[in-house]
Amino acid sequence: MKLEYITILVLVIFIAAFAYTSSTGNHEWSGADDQPEEVINDLTGGSYHPWAQSIWTPPSGEIESLLFALQAAFGAIIIGYFLGYYRGLAKARAATPSEEPEGNLNARSSR
Amino acid sequence: MHIMEGFLPLNWCVFWYVLSIPVVAYGAYKISKLMKANRDVLPLLAVSGAFIFVLSSLKMPSVTGSCSHPTGTGIGAILFGPWITSLLSIIVLIYQAIFLAHGGLTTLGANTFSMGIVGPLAGYLVYKACMKWDVNMYIAVFLAAMFADWLTYIVTSIELALAFPAATGGVVVSFKAFLAVFAITQVPLAIVEGVVSALLFKYIVQLRSDVLLKLNVASPGVLKRLKEASA
Repeated sequence: MKLEYITILVLVIFIAAFAYTSSTGNHEWSGADDQPEEVINDLTGGSYHPWAQSIWTPPSGEIESLLFALQAAFGAIIIGYFLGYYRGLAKARAATPSEEPEGNLNARSSR
Repeated sequence: MHIMEGFLPLNWCVFWYVLSIPVVAYGAYKISKLMKANRDVLPLLAVSGAFIFVLSSLKMPSVTGSCSHPTGTGIGAILFGPWITSLLSIIVLIYQAIFLAHGGLTTLGANTFSMGIVGPLAGYLVYKACMKWDVNMYIAVFLAAMFADWLTYIVTSIELALAFPAATGGVVVSFKAFLAVFAITQVPLAIVEGVVSALLFKYIVQLRSDVLLKLNVASPGVLKRLKEASA
């Protein structure tokens, strides 16, 4: 369980750092990916104009967060499904050590 | 690390595409070979790709007062190497470019080069070096994922600096200007990504250490020690 505790500790420190930064100054919390636009304007004296536009932009912040949430959910369900599947396999193997449990895709560890 | 649509001059868009396409193509070839030879590693391939999906969707606040996101490429790089990870990354980047107006199709080559190629390559090399020097495997994963994340943003700064050299001082001055946006913001995120990657790796070691052997990610002795330590 040690690594789990370390992970929680790091997350707590991360949140604390956010709370501290948030309380000590007036920040926009804008995306770092959008900030180069300003830097490019400074460097080129405003002479650079983007020559292409996104082919589609989410019409509102809600729809954008929906699509981001879907992206995360899609990833999370795959991770959860396979880790759970493997955990079940390992349990089944432990319960019937002599037999090959059904659905075992060549998963027997080298014992 | 997403350079926005249209924010690189055409010649640089082409340049990064030319560098990235062969790598992704070779990654596709390696995946098809892997699928034929080793079908039981496919779930882990899916998990590696899914991890990139999750982490690159999380925009997290950092100590600099702006938000950025991790990349999630470390796990894929360690398990399957940078070639295959470049293909996993470009899938995510295309999704974000088309549906989220995040990054872009013109800048896809540059974004793939930073997130899908240099980042994973750095992570892969860090992991291999750690294994050689007998560093604890979870610390190795932590370092690899952290550097894969951080290097991605350094490369983005280089890409932008090359395209927009400052009038006085040239590329170096603009590199520093772009670093100021990305480098420090990314440090806490890279650390979090490293720890979370190490945790996921722990579960992979517990559940499918046989696949780690097969992929030549860890030696039998290392795995045995880890299992004894956690038992």
